[in-house]
Amino acid sequence: MNCIVCMTHVPDTASIIKIGPDGKHIDESGIKWIVSPYDEYALEAALQLVEAQGGEVTVVCYGPARAEAGLRECLARGAHKAVHVVGGEETLGDSMAIAKVLAAAVKDREYDVVLCGVKGVGTDNSQVPQMLAELLDLPHVTNVTKLDVAEGTFTAEREVEGGVEVVESPLPAVVAATKGLNEPRYASLKGIMAAKRKPVEKVEVSALGLDEAALAGAEATYSVRALELPPAKEAGKVIQGEDDPKAAAAELARLLRDEAKVI
Amino acid sequence: MDFALDDQQRMVQEMVRSFAEDRLRPGAAERDRTGEFPHEIFEEMGELGLLGMFVPEEYGGAGMDLLSYLLAVEELARVDASVAVGMSVTNSVCCYPILTFGTEEQKRRYLPELASGRAIGGFMLTEPHAGSDAASLKTRYRDAGDHWVLDGSKAWITNAGVGRYFVCLATREPELGVRGISAFILDADQDGVIVDRPEAKMGLKSSRTAMVTLDGARVPKDAMLGEEGRGFRVALGTLDHSRLGIAAQAVGIAQAALEEALRYASERQQFGRPLIGHQAIAFRLAEMDTEIAAARALLWHAAWAAGQPGRHSRESARAKLYASEMANRVVGQALQVHGGYGYSREYTIERLYRDVRVTTIYEGTSEVQKLVISRALAELAGTLA
Repeated sequence: MNCIVCMTHVPDTASIIKIGPDGKHIDESGIKWIVSPYDEYALEAALQLVEAQGGEVTVVCYGPARAEAGLRECLARGAHKAVHVVGGEETLGDSMAIAKVLAAAVKDREYDVVLCGVKGVGTDNSQVPQMLAELLDLPHVTNVTKLDVAEGTFTAEREVEGGVEVVESPLPAVVAATKGLNEPRYASLKGIMAAKRKPVEKVEVSALGLDEAALAGAEATYSVRALELPPAKEAGKVIQGEDDPKAAAAELARLLRDEAKVI
Repeated sequence: MDFALDDQQRMVQEMVRSFAEDRLRPGAAERDRTGEFPHEIFEEMGELGLLGMFVPEEYGGAGMDLLSYLLAVEELARVDASVAVGMSVTNSVCCYPILTFGTEEQKRRYLPELASGRAIGGFMLTEPHAGSDAASLKTRYRDAGDHWVLDGSKAWITNAGVGRYFVCLATREPELGVRGISAFILDADQDGVIVDRPEAKMGLKSSRTAMVTLDGARVPKDAMLGEEGRGFRVALGTLDHSRLGIAAQAVGIAQAALEEALRYASERQQFGRPLIGHQAIAFRLAEMDTEIAAARALLWHAAWAAGQPGRHSRESARAKLYASEMANRVVGQALQVHGGYGYSREYTIERLYRDVRVTTIYEGTSEVQKLVISRALAELAGTLA
């Protein structure tokens, strides 16, 4: 059972986001970068599969130089190998371009399952796993909260509106993990030491037979016109009710119905 | 000079920070109330390698550097100083002396259990009448043929009742002074080791501390640590090292206090604006931030010095003195920022205020640190040759 895990390196979810001077990118100064939390579920699932059935976990990332720290983190948690396709600044947010690069990086490797996070925290497009599966001509399942793998086949539970869908599929396949699939482990200190001795293979986009300039230019499927911060939250409304709780409750119901339109 | 942490140190810091937030934070206030020792957390720390951080891989540890350890202690202390001290004690005063002074057989016998968390460790030096004047200890040992026998009382023993192996100091004959003292690796799992009920402490409530009576406690012949009569050197060498752990603990508590004060000062409105909009409060926070950074820099310098040849007593004592005094000042100031609410158990700062107090006392009081530093100075001046 060989697993490939696609990892993306994203701003820490606790970061305070500012918009950069060009109005189209975030200001990266002072940002701490982390492994996207959904990719942590994918990695944990891969580690558990390999622990139970043998084989190797290879983590693949398409990202700039700093993303190597994310790959090291995955190696420290127990992944065996890492592949770093260096680049991605100009194709940021273009799910199709990212899927093309990942597909090219993955296709000639030996694997039984490709695991991804259901989305990259930050751009939150939730498209790369499906596109990657199409480009690799593989079945895919997204929003996976339970995964059982047997010989050449797997069963997954996926979250759908109001319930759970159970899916069976042959392997190889692309599986996109979401919260609830597992509880990601911490990197142990031995794992951190071992990560120093594990290889990170560096790959240029051009070596995959792709032209990054074209992916970001003529072939781009996505462009950012402008970034704006969400409007500041307005102050909450307090209904005074100590004197007349009945009237206060009626007022609360009216506001929820007429203004907030939630009941 | 480079102040950047390397990849390994940064990963340790981030891992322990997440671990502390996820596993320690939820129960920290409750443990402060109940005083319950968190066995599961220690088990998990053992699995992660946090209880034998310097122990090389061949003895079952992770083989980390001193700075990685200090970063881990700071991150634990930032969330729960009680857990931090139990972890620090196992690493610094049990694994470290066995690793530094132990024979190959002793390392193979004890370190794998300690490093994996299957056994928690501790140190027995202090006695009811031998605190800062540690060399005046009265616990006796005698040769009983195929084993040693220890008799006496040990006070303020961290991890007593939950720990298995303790580096224990005893004398063959008190009149011999320092020369009579030897160090032993004591297995507390025997009838001759009697743990009193836990001390009712001001803070560090879930860290177990108790008086221990040694009543015919047996130690195997091959469990003397270092040469006979050289036990005090083992103790001093260990303390030079372990003081840094307490300095890291103090920095972690101070960092937590700053974060609590900053949050409170940003939310609490008085005179029409948040407290941080008042210069009296804002400047107080600026001073706290500066003092913490100064202590951390001194600590990291001492960690560097410990890796250089020669003794580093003065550097360790400085870092411990400054960090613990600083932390008491900063936590006091942070409580003041909270006003009346800081005096309430509802707020974390109240726990920090009690937890931080002991940092100027244990592992050598501030006065003892000044003694160490001033003796080194006198030696430099040639006045105490």
